[in-house]
Amino acid sequence: MLHAKNRTGLVFFPAFDWAISPTHPEREERLLYTQDQVFEEGLLDIDGIVELKPDLVTIKDIQRVHFCVPDPWKVSTESHFISAGGAKTIGMAVMDGTIDRGFALVRPPGHHANRVVHGARGFCNINIEAIMIEYLRRAYGVDRVAIIDTDCHHGDGTQDIYWHDPDTLFISIHQDGRTLYPGSGFINEFGGPNAAGTTVNIPLPPETCDDGMLYAVKNAVLPILDEFKPQLIINSAGQDNHYSDPITNMNISAQGYAQLTELLKADIAVLEGGYSIEGALPYVNAGIIMAMAGLDYSSLREPDYEPEYLRQPASLTRSIERTCDEVMTMWRRRTELRGPGKKAGQYDTRNRQIFYDTDNIFETQEETVRICDDCGGSLRIDSISNRRRILGVHIPRNACPACREQGLQWYEESSSSRFQHIFLQDRITDRFLEKK
Amino acid sequence: MIIGLDVGGTHTDAVLIGAEGMVRDIKVNTDPERLYETVMSALDRLLAGQEVADVKRVVLSTTLATNMVVQDKLPPVAMVVSAGPGIDPEHFRVGSHYFRVKGALDHSGRELEPVREKEIHALGAELKKLGLPAVGVVSKFSVRNAAHELAIARILESYVDKIFMGHLCSGALSFPRRIATTYLNAAVYPVHTNFFTAVHSSLAKKGISHPIRILKPDGGNMNMSSSLTYPAQTILSGPSASVMGAIAHAPKDKTCLVLDIGGTTTDMAIILNGAPVIAQNGIEIGSYKTLIRALLTKSIGIGGDSVVRVREGKLAIGPDRGGAAMAHGGPQPTPTDAMCVLGMIEQGDRDKAAAGLAVISAELGLAVIEAAEQILHTACENIMRAADEMVDQINSRPVYTVHEMCEGVKIRPDYLLVLGGPAGQFAGRLAEMFKGEVEIVPNWRVANAIGCALARTTCEVTVYADTARRVITAQGEEYHREISRTFTLDDARKVAFELVRKKAAARGANEEHLKMEVLEESQFNMIRRFSTVGKNIRVRAQVKPGLIHGYDAESGTLNRADL
Repeated sequence: MLHAKNRTGLVFFPAFDWAISPTHPEREERLLYTQDQVFEEGLLDIDGIVELKPDLVTIKDIQRVHFCVPDPWKVSTESHFISAGGAKTIGMAVMDGTIDRGFALVRPPGHHANRVVHGARGFCNINIEAIMIEYLRRAYGVDRVAIIDTDCHHGDGTQDIYWHDPDTLFISIHQDGRTLYPGSGFINEFGGPNAAGTTVNIPLPPETCDDGMLYAVKNAVLPILDEFKPQLIINSAGQDNHYSDPITNMNISAQGYAQLTELLKADIAVLEGGYSIEGALPYVNAGIIMAMAGLDYSSLREPDYEPEYLRQPASLTRSIERTCDEVMTMWRRRTELRGPGKKAGQYDTRNRQIFYDTDNIFETQEETVRICDDCGGSLRIDSISNRRRILGVHIPRNACPACREQGLQWYEESSSSRFQHIFLQDRITDRFLEKK
Repeated sequence: MIIGLDVGGTHTDAVLIGAEGMVRDIKVNTDPERLYETVMSALDRLLAGQEVADVKRVVLSTTLATNMVVQDKLPPVAMVVSAGPGIDPEHFRVGSHYFRVKGALDHSGRELEPVREKEIHALGAELKKLGLPAVGVVSKFSVRNAAHELAIARILESYVDKIFMGHLCSGALSFPRRIATTYLNAAVYPVHTNFFTAVHSSLAKKGISHPIRILKPDGGNMNMSSSLTYPAQTILSGPSASVMGAIAHAPKDKTCLVLDIGGTTTDMAIILNGAPVIAQNGIEIGSYKTLIRALLTKSIGIGGDSVVRVREGKLAIGPDRGGAAMAHGGPQPTPTDAMCVLGMIEQGDRDKAAAGLAVISAELGLAVIEAAEQILHTACENIMRAADEMVDQINSRPVYTVHEMCEGVKIRPDYLLVLGGPAGQFAGRLAEMFKGEVEIVPNWRVANAIGCALARTTCEVTVYADTARRVITAQGEEYHREISRTFTLDDARKVAFELVRKKAAARGANEEHLKMEVLEESQFNMIRRFSTVGKNIRVRAQVKPGLIHGYDAESGTLNRADL
């Protein structure tokens, strides 16, 4: 009889009645064949693998992370509450010790959702990993967390949420942003002034194969994880690096994904993208589950798997090696990279324009952070979409008194004549307020 | 008239039900080594002096197959398995002769690797040499496409006597469970066939030549000829007999908890608005996880004869049984002794019972009467705790749609049906702990045999349509047709009902009174390169488990001319 070496929990929520639109890649059918494969392989029957029913997240869970404009109900659906709830269920089971690891095989995904949400971007509305993490921090007192985003697209939403958080290491491995949505995730994006270095981007060239991806994991991700010493490792387990994915250009196989999973040893994996619903997802998901549970996955392969066609040219290998060298150099010099002339008590501002491709919304944002040596620093976000203008003030969970004071002052000073909504996310008291 | 007979571990119960209601009920001891004799002696006593020509229906529930599996007395049979990529099928090895062959299908039933005829011929010759009479053939995803199992079976036909194919077991996906289920079918087959053939011919000699029906663990029955194809579907039918016996008394608008309290165990189940709740997965027995459908039941080791002990200053009841109660000359104190001491039962030696409880009461520092009260209270508490766990388990079943997630109503039992030996004594105590009405099932002594007698003939069918490939299949029913691209879920439902009707009739159901329902249905647009190429439609339908048409629960009478 088969026994899982690691007690592994699975939340399987395929949302068989939910789609962005009928022919959209994020549609009802997406996890149908995965379910068939997982059921037929008998994975849920294996001793040590348990299927958990997802809880729903609460409005409070969402507001702990996001400024939803105008409110969470307007920018998300029940399905989002369940998919984030699935991640939360896995996180709680891991923290409670009922399972060693877990995988939230849920949809819709979330890693393109920023802190401010005016609508859907890159098929994402709310950031399901961040909602889980911030819940676990609140409920279980978890501090240092690492997120390894192995989706083919840069996890720009998760990066945005943790840009200023020195206690959250965000590493994204993805297809080079010059060749793929969302067009970001370059090496020089390494975190805000209070959290320099805890955002790490590893862009890989199109047509990277298993070897290249695993090289990056062994030579960049794992050494950085080793040094960061997180209490929890989360894998944003997108599956669109697969060689058969219709909207990307990478060459990773189910074997590659399983090995990647084995190397990362994530406590929690959360499904992100992956749209080769027949040719890849059934096998990649089975591979991830087997690798997490510590089962032998060596005879798992896709029907059309031809390893000889999945070898990357030497030039590509060298390019990946150079990228990893550069990433490691940045990581080692992270304290120097905080930027010249930035002193505690001063302010840093970034101005961005964000396009919500799924909902066709254009947002212009000015984000101000208080530079601080003691905490992540309070944030003031002035956000204008083609619909509304809002102000969001974020006081981080471990804010120092000065930053907290600044955050409260920003909120108090703001005038409702300029903004349709004024929000305060005070993580010290775990409050979310809207100024009326 | 109808005969219902339920062979249990300790007792065999039988009832004869006629138009006027219960004609006779009997109880005999079960001799597990001599089941045939047990069944025949029960039938002899039941039919003594009766007009056998009036018997129109005979339904049996036996422990025959269950015992073979539990006692590991299965004869050698061969398993031939083709898996392809995925988990190494070596992990699913069953029986002494397990062979892996080439051939693979994907999740939609498309061939990835063909069956090698030469390999199968060579294997056939080996099986013949080994002298194995029966063989099970299973390929991964055979419920999507049975071609490989059929091809292998066709070749092996000339080498072995009997072949069982995985796709006929169930429409559900689970390769490991399909292997285990097919194996059990093949292994149980010879003994099953001999046993029921013997019972049938003995009954024929008595003048009852109607086909025997056999109860399944899902609370329905099938006739003997169908059982030869699915003999493993007779495993663990016992608990369903009791549930079906209680069902007539379960109000249609209530969530009923059924407790069958026996000597050794208490079996529990839920009847939701008059229909029994079916387990999500197939039954598990011994080391086998199967695709055999069953009612959701839970069994705990607490009964009238469970051993009572004091552990670390606290009462512990069961899960073992040391023999009869001390009141009846047994070796250890039991809840029955507590009832005896409290004067709740007539039978038994009250002094012996009190002497037995004295040890317990001394350890607890209580008077004997108080200890007896506490024993009953603890037994009831443990039973209700187990029931709560079962309800939690039902409520935490995963669902896969937003609709089910949001509409999902949590069940909470509001009606309690008690049956079994100490039902009367336990019911009062249970009522103190239960929010809702408590009823003792009338005829609780033989309710299981009544359930057997009155259960419907049931079956289940899974239909799978792919309008892009223009096919509809129901592999379990050997059904395969071409369809048009405009085929709809409605059409698939019609096909499913037609197949259920056919299958039920073949199993012995009266088509006039068939109550069919859809268990699950779904349809998905299949999009390839951003345009719809077809629909993937899935329908699972069944005969709803319940009691036969014409039975009136109020009066207990049977208003049907053909019975």
